[in-house]
Amino acid sequence: MSYFLRKLGFYAVALWAALTLNFAIPRLLPGDPVDILLAKLQQRGGTVSPETREAYSLLLGGDTTEPLWMQYVDYLKNLFRGDLGVSVSYYPAEVSDVISQSLPWTVVLVGLSTILAAVLGVTLGAFVGWKPGTWLDSLVPATTLLAAVPYFWLALILTYLLARVLGWFPMQGGYDVTLSPGWNAEFIGSAIHYGFLPALTIVLASLGGWLLGMRNMMVSTLSEDYVLTAEAKGLSPRKILRSYASRNAVLPSVAGFAISLGFVVSGSVITEQVFSYPGIGSRLLGAVQNNDYALMQGVFLFITLAVLGANLVVDMLYGVIDPRTRARS
Amino acid sequence: MTNPKIPDAPPPGTGDESRVSDTRPKSGFRMLLPTMTPWLAVGLILVVGITVFGVLAPFLVGDPDQIRDQGLSGPSAEFPLGTTQTGQDVLAQLAYATRGSLQIGLIVGVLATILSCFFGIYGAYRGRLVDEAFSLLSNVFLVIPGLPLVIVISGFVPRESRGLWTIAVVLAVTGWAASARVLRAQTLSVRNRDYVAASKVSGERPWRVILVEILPNLLPVIASQFVFAVIAAILGEAGLSFIGLGASNSSTLGTMLFYAQNGFALPLGAWWWFVPPGLMIALFGMGLSIVNFSIDEIINPKLKNMRLHRKRARKAAKLERRLAQHRAVPDPEESGR
Repeated sequence: MSYFLRKLGFYAVALWAALTLNFAIPRLLPGDPVDILLAKLQQRGGTVSPETREAYSLLLGGDTTEPLWMQYVDYLKNLFRGDLGVSVSYYPAEVSDVISQSLPWTVVLVGLSTILAAVLGVTLGAFVGWKPGTWLDSLVPATTLLAAVPYFWLALILTYLLARVLGWFPMQGGYDVTLSPGWNAEFIGSAIHYGFLPALTIVLASLGGWLLGMRNMMVSTLSEDYVLTAEAKGLSPRKILRSYASRNAVLPSVAGFAISLGFVVSGSVITEQVFSYPGIGSRLLGAVQNNDYALMQGVFLFITLAVLGANLVVDMLYGVIDPRTRARS
Repeated sequence: MTNPKIPDAPPPGTGDESRVSDTRPKSGFRMLLPTMTPWLAVGLILVVGITVFGVLAPFLVGDPDQIRDQGLSGPSAEFPLGTTQTGQDVLAQLAYATRGSLQIGLIVGVLATILSCFFGIYGAYRGRLVDEAFSLLSNVFLVIPGLPLVIVISGFVPRESRGLWTIAVVLAVTGWAASARVLRAQTLSVRNRDYVAASKVSGERPWRVILVEILPNLLPVIASQFVFAVIAAILGEAGLSFIGLGASNSSTLGTMLFYAQNGFALPLGAWWWFVPPGLMIALFGMGLSIVNFSIDEIINPKLKNMRLHRKRARKAAKLERRLAQHRAVPDPEESGR
């Protein structure tokens, strides 16, 4: 079977597993979320008809009148129609609307800062690994401090130093609330200004891992025979660094992208909370605090979808840049 | 003093492993222990120091919850780390919180390691369908983002039944996949060695082959995965507690940060309240990661050779410089340095 088909198949299985987990969690855990949810809905002025109750039971479990597999089929049907239910905390907005409003913020913030951190970390790691034994290299274990720092704590420290003490950046929010969102220079400028601290947090906290991985691979690649051959041929060190060593050393970093992305997404969920950033992470936490189970599950599904999609793209890319993966399968 | 050959023999006092001849055979047990390097010493001091602080300090400090009428105040002689908004001693809180975080780190570390050993080693040992299924399972768990899943699970568990063990199990269940993959790869390489085959042929039962023949070879890998699991657990729990989803009656470094954030420590500039807990997590994680570097050198002897090689190269460069200087300036003071 071709590499690409195998990968597509794997992600299809992973997607199915995520959907099923989402279905199983409320049914396996104690408590009846449907009642809590309907009570909340009534408080907000929603009308609770038997149909609403049935819809939520399908989404969250608790309804035992139907056999489990029927519930499962109905749940999948609802999902494919894009029906994630009505959000309680943003009543009467649909869950999918709430998510589609906040998703762009997170995708831009997390996407840009992850790419930035990966490029910076890999480049720095290549240079540090290229000249082992220098003073820079002996400092490498110190980067583990960066890797072990909790994202949200780094966010607190940066906010304290750069926003409260120095006053360079706003402490909270995603944009200047006096402006109305739109594609104009003023609003985008304000979004960048507000997004700088969250982005800096994610870059700083994830940089260490990239740097360390790249540096270690670089050091072991340099002891390979083909690097020696390249040196013996009299190629310039820059060419060896670029075309021989770093090209091969970067492969494990690319292959390990899935694990890194999981960490970054997990970290950024809480980072958004620190900055009250209008992204999907704050929505998730808000939903948990308000017992908005429908929104909670919707956000989880979207985060999983986004992470799976990003990993699929990277895996496909990996198949292109490393021909061995295609040859093996 | 003026003899340039002197630096060849390392002076006593800077003793390190370079003095130990490389040809001397080491006993099997000795091979499983890491070499002492300055960075390993730093790591061990951090890990041991913080562990001792977490275990012993709660006996030495006062009641962390006692409310005093002095309000938010900075570090002073009476309270080395100041007080919170309600006059609670931050140092006392830090002591109890460190203990709580270490406890959860240890529990989750053990649980996650057991899970990853089962799925990684057993799957790879059985091979074929079991291996395929287990490795598919761990790959799926690997790509599903952990913390959002944990948040959703914690959100569904009612607050009153959200105890320490619930959180520990949830963190372990979502955190074993990466190490299972590493263990699987290692087991696959051990599984096909001759002595394992011999043990199988001689009719040993599977659990005995795994425990006696395979497991000892994987000990360094398991140790390093355990260390990773502990770091991940402490970080994960801190994150959960920080957003108010942690165990309901525990006090950890994450809950401290939660109260600091909700007590407006940041706008009030109470750095003594929110800096120490995070720094504690970061330093402990850093210590464990550095210890892990040394474990990695046992797993992959190439790394160790590389370090020794670099060290020799540095020494040679130094010696060369000194010789050159010595030739240029025949000054006895120079070569004595």
